[in-house]
Amino acid sequence: MDMLVYLIPASLFMGGAGLAAFFWMLRSGQFDDPDGDANRILRTDYDDHPKE
Amino acid sequence: MSPRALPRPAVCPACTIPAPEIRPAEAVAPGNIVLSLPTIHCAGCISTVERGLNAVEGVRSARVNLSLKRVAIEAAPDITAQQLVKVVEGLGYEAHELDAALLSESRGDRIGRNLLMRLAVAGFAVMNVMLFSVAVWAGAEGSTRDLMHWFSALIALPAIAFAAQPFFANAWSALRARRLNMDVPISLAILLAAGMSLYETTQSGENAYFDAALSLTFFLLAGRYLDYRTRASARSAAQELAALEVNRAPRLIDGNEVITPVADLQVGDIVVVRPGSRVPVDGRVLTGESEIDRAFLTGESLPAYVGPDAELRAGEINLTGPLTMRVTARAQESTLQKVANLVALAESARNRYTSLADRAAAIYAPGVHLLALVAFVAWFAISGDLRLSINIAISVLIITCPCALGLAVPAATTAASGRLYRHGVLLKSGTALERLAEADTAVFDKTGTLTLGQPRLREGGGFSDDDLRLAAALAAHSTHPLAQALVQAAEARGIANDLPAVENASEHPGHGISAWLEGREIRLGRAAWLGLPPTETTATCLDRGDGRKVVFTFDDALRPGARELIDALRGLGLDIHMITGDTPAAARRVADALGIDKVTAGALPEDKVALLDNLSERGRKVLMVGDGLNDTAALARAHVSVSPASALDIARVASDIVVTGHDLSPVAEALRTARATRRRIKENFALAAAYNAVAIPLAVLGHATPLLAALAMSASSITVTLNSWRLR
Repeated sequence: MDMLVYLIPASLFMGGAGLAAFFWMLRSGQFDDPDGDANRILRTDYDDHPKE
Repeated sequence: MSPRALPRPAVCPACTIPAPEIRPAEAVAPGNIVLSLPTIHCAGCISTVERGLNAVEGVRSARVNLSLKRVAIEAAPDITAQQLVKVVEGLGYEAHELDAALLSESRGDRIGRNLLMRLAVAGFAVMNVMLFSVAVWAGAEGSTRDLMHWFSALIALPAIAFAAQPFFANAWSALRARRLNMDVPISLAILLAAGMSLYETTQSGENAYFDAALSLTFFLLAGRYLDYRTRASARSAAQELAALEVNRAPRLIDGNEVITPVADLQVGDIVVVRPGSRVPVDGRVLTGESEIDRAFLTGESLPAYVGPDAELRAGEINLTGPLTMRVTARAQESTLQKVANLVALAESARNRYTSLADRAAAIYAPGVHLLALVAFVAWFAISGDLRLSINIAISVLIITCPCALGLAVPAATTAASGRLYRHGVLLKSGTALERLAEADTAVFDKTGTLTLGQPRLREGGGFSDDDLRLAAALAAHSTHPLAQALVQAAEARGIANDLPAVENASEHPGHGISAWLEGREIRLGRAAWLGLPPTETTATCLDRGDGRKVVFTFDDALRPGARELIDALRGLGLDIHMITGDTPAAARRVADALGIDKVTAGALPEDKVALLDNLSERGRKVLMVGDGLNDTAALARAHVSVSPASALDIARVASDIVVTGHDLSPVAEALRTARATRRRIKENFALAAAYNAVAIPLAVLGHATPLLAALAMSASSITVTLNSWRLR
């Protein structure tokens, strides 16, 4: 049971990191155009940088 | 973020009807241009459009949004939208300018993002707490169980405080208005579950319901987000329709035309109204003669002649000659705005509608709270154990599944509006479907609704092919709708290719066209201009120059699907009325063609409202379908209202449902779907009640456990969602 001392914080940290990443993605507008993004990977010309 | 800016819940959607208003032009950075691209659909389209636009000198960036079918362009201030529309059309795609200020994308996105963020927090928390709960269910004892409960509390309490805010805010505002909505029992269940679990944790108790409180929050937020998404897509489509009418007018300053936002026009300004464009504000003609189409305002299908000093009202369409006018009222004080005020008044009456969800909440909430109270009192009387009695009362509240009840309405309306969206029907109000399902009478406007508002030459009117050929030769020189109809009629008869070659054709605005053929002057135009008696119906006359005069009469073409719609509605048991501002003769022709026997002609806007009031006093639930300014008050007054996409902006604002496309027949489909939706919602309530019938006795007898609560909640939510999905 001593393992829990490490495992619980570790799982919380990883989940929290995922949550923080999701927040960042949401704020930077990466969910604004799901259809467009799905199609953009199929084109031949390369996006140099994401939408600002 | 203030609670006011939170998304409105599905259970009180009537509040989301926007107040009609003429928006002041918002400050948009010059050079920010948004174009609507209705035909783009693939990766190739994105590349073509973006590459084409980026190649234009002065365009800094162009980004296509395929989900919204739009392109946002940043360009130098001297680049106009018209130039870019031409570029895109040159690439082979349809493009329309959108009013960037009107779209106000950022606001809508913020609400959606906010909900999504809360959903993510609730999802993260519920998964982690579930892990700890599984350990407890698996048989963790003593200090290990306490540790698990403390960790659960550590995650659950802040997560609930953040994620469940929309429910708390709505419940609070309902309570302040002394009403009960679905959010009241939901908030109470979440808060009590969290509070009781925290207390149990401090007392090393056996049962903690953190996972139940969180999964309740998560499921309900998911329902609410779905609901928001469907409504947002309908709203952005409706917004796009409004934004297509870019509100600017050419204003004359020292003889130069300056494009000015309509909201900035002042009394006394001089404005140019070109043929084919709409009169921007109320005013008086200074120079020029023309004919104007007042159908939107009055429902008359006959164009009216105007000359200097004639009154013009906002929304009328100039047909033949260019006019200059002096503004007599600012946009905010124009006739249009007066109608808008009337609409606001009528709408406040409709907002009193109680949705099915609110009615269910009004039965459910007191029932459940009473049951919990009874359980508490009974257990306390029997056992005398306060803590046990409170625990049992709270587990009754948690286990009665407000989850399924909260999902019952949004899940069904989301599935239904998705289905209608694909049929080209946009729902603007959340209760629109419920109200549509109740409709038992349909009232139609004629001009522009049952008909297209475009004239069509009536056959067999005593004219020969030769007459038509000559008339079409003249008409080809004009954009007047009657002239266009003559050309179309000639094309339909296959005689448009060998038109006589007329010379020196000139248009006399407000009167007609004259030209020369073989040394004779021939004229096509109004009866009075040719010295003929005035005609009763829409007509234009031809003077052949050889002494013979021919009258061409027109009627209004029926809208495609009008016949099918009327038949379908009658089949669904609706009583059909038609009311129009047009003449009795014109009204009768359309009514006969469609088989409508209850007809009112020559009606003023007030008469339309009076008819609706009269019907509703007799207990009828009226579905109003109309498109014009003269219908707007009636649209707002009706139990539920529909307008076609071609309707005036303000009519669309006043109606609950907008049908995109020319065809009206999807309205019947909407009615069928609405009735199916109401059935599903009732089934959903029945399903939720069935779960409760099993769960409540267990909870009241004190056998409820967190595991049972989790199972009941998930199972009932999933059944309700699946049942709703059958609507798609």
